[in-house]
Amino acid sequence: MIQIKDLHKSYHMGSNSLHVLKGINFDVKEGELVSIMGSSGSGKSTLLNILGMLDEADEGEYILDNVPIKNLNEKIAAKYRNEFLGFIFQSFNLINYKSALDNVSMPLYYKGVKRKERTERAMQYLEKVGLAEWSHHLPSELSGGQKQRVAIARALASDPKVLLADEPTGALDTRTSYEVMELIQGINDEGKTILVVTHEHDIAQMTKRIVNLKDGVIIDDSKVKQVRASQHV
Amino acid sequence: MFNRDRWDEILEALNANKFRTLLTAFGVFWGITILVLLLALTNGLRNGVTADFGDFATNSMFMWTQGTSKPYKGLPKGRYFNYKIDDVAAIKSEVSNLKYVSPRNQLGGFRGANNVVRGTKTGAFEIYGDYPEYIKQQPMDILQGRFLSYSDINEKRKICVIGTGVEKGLYDKGEEVLGTYIKINGVNFLVVGTFKMSNSQGDDEQDASTIYIPFTTFGQAFNRGESVGWMAITAVDGITITSIKQQIFDLMKSRHKVHPEDERAIGHFDLSEQFGRVNGLFSILSLVGYFVGALVLMSGIIGINNIMLIVVKERTKEIGVRRALGATPWMIKGQILQESLVLTILSGMLGVSFAALVIWIMNAILDNAGPVENFANPSVGMQVVFTALIILVVSGLLAGLIPANRATKMKPVDALRIE
Repeated sequence: MIQIKDLHKSYHMGSNSLHVLKGINFDVKEGELVSIMGSSGSGKSTLLNILGMLDEADEGEYILDNVPIKNLNEKIAAKYRNEFLGFIFQSFNLINYKSALDNVSMPLYYKGVKRKERTERAMQYLEKVGLAEWSHHLPSELSGGQKQRVAIARALASDPKVLLADEPTGALDTRTSYEVMELIQGINDEGKTILVVTHEHDIAQMTKRIVNLKDGVIIDDSKVKQVRASQHV
Repeated sequence: MFNRDRWDEILEALNANKFRTLLTAFGVFWGITILVLLLALTNGLRNGVTADFGDFATNSMFMWTQGTSKPYKGLPKGRYFNYKIDDVAAIKSEVSNLKYVSPRNQLGGFRGANNVVRGTKTGAFEIYGDYPEYIKQQPMDILQGRFLSYSDINEKRKICVIGTGVEKGLYDKGEEVLGTYIKINGVNFLVVGTFKMSNSQGDDEQDASTIYIPFTTFGQAFNRGESVGWMAITAVDGITITSIKQQIFDLMKSRHKVHPEDERAIGHFDLSEQFGRVNGLFSILSLVGYFVGALVLMSGIIGINNIMLIVVKERTKEIGVRRALGATPWMIKGQILQESLVLTILSGMLGVSFAALVIWIMNAILDNAGPVENFANPSVGMQVVFTALIILVVSGLLAGLIPANRATKMKPVDALRIE
């Protein structure tokens, strides 16, 4: 699903340049649930941003679902993001003046889906994350866990190939974190490829594979025995 | 472009901060109100002043004779002369681009002695000897019967067309007017028509107390012979009478043995020049109105521009999220532009409506309180409304352009990082 070869990325701040990614190689197959770990500054967020086409690599190859991602203009990048990717953010990033339902249907709106079908599909995903009754509430009326579940529903709405989650449990307490992970595991069980950036070991243990990043290189990449979140809830 | 989803998005965004939206909208609202009101007031002044010209064909001049001021060809200075009826034919044949040349004669002045008798009733009226063209220079409504005709001129018929004031003075209410006779200076004339000035302003009494009789009849009945009192000359549309009047003067001077450089001998009043001067003044006033109004409007537009910049800044993260979800830069730009357009046009049209209401109230007050000197019927035409609309659309786009570009300039990754 994802192939990355020799990926480099550096940031330039004035005369200083900061080499963040120093040649990353890794593949993700369809249906995998991978966590990317590392201390802050290890380059894990940068990697995720490049995978999400929110940022561009300086060097290297990135192939997503057999499509080489290179020299994109913003229009095509927007289309690919819409088709291929679903984002889950640490701070949820819901649009605060839109109801849960409208938030979920936004990717469909940008995809050009008709209003009626959009609402129906968005409602299905809200049901899937167990928030059907909350569909007309504003984000400010929801708890943190509920917000993240709305965000997950939104990420799923356009039926993307890959979900990219950047510290999805970073703003949640342990109990809620496990609930969210349970949901993510459930989605993965249905066959969706998911990448989770985290620095929490217990969260990483709930994925199937851990990629460890340090100073811009992968120091460890190993399969783990998945801990089911449902055991902790 | 403007489907329901877009509308929802725009209304949601504008609703998100109602008070700010309202304040911003007020800037444009006020600007366009001032613009329209200024133009309406200018128009009111123009209407008031040009009403003094009445309906008379404005591309006209009146020409009469005065004493000569220079001796010429053995004739002394201080000599008086009269135009003759064949001068009219000469002007018509030798000067081109003239529409009407009407010789005129007059009997009786404003509030002069009684000169018209019918049975036991008498009155003092102005009697004009005229040609049928005169009605085209001085439009009037024929209420009954007809105006003068060329057969009247050729056969020197003793007929007359009387104003409503004459009718009121000489007839009882409801009495049949056509076919009766009135006695002007002792000569009987058959009444063939009555008239009212189409749009008389101020001079109602004088206008209505007027009697028109054929020019030729006038000459014969009142001993004027071939003499012409004065002429009303109108040029064709597109050529001002001012540009050809000198040809007419030169012709008259040579026909009446007047020194070519004698400026005093021929008196005239150039209506076109006066009208042009007044019109020019008001064109400048309109321009000033547009200018001042546009400047006021501009500060409103800058207000919108400013607010949109703030909105974009505030929503940087939201824009980043939208782009992560698949919004193309154009979708984002389009939304910002449309927000600014909707805000501008909506508040602008409200401003136009408000100005229209104010104008309506002004007119209502003017109607009730009676005419005010040099001010009448303040109004703006539809073209001003369209101009305002175009200004609004253009300025709404301009106001949104910079913020829209700013919104998509940042990379999505940086936009998402903003807290």
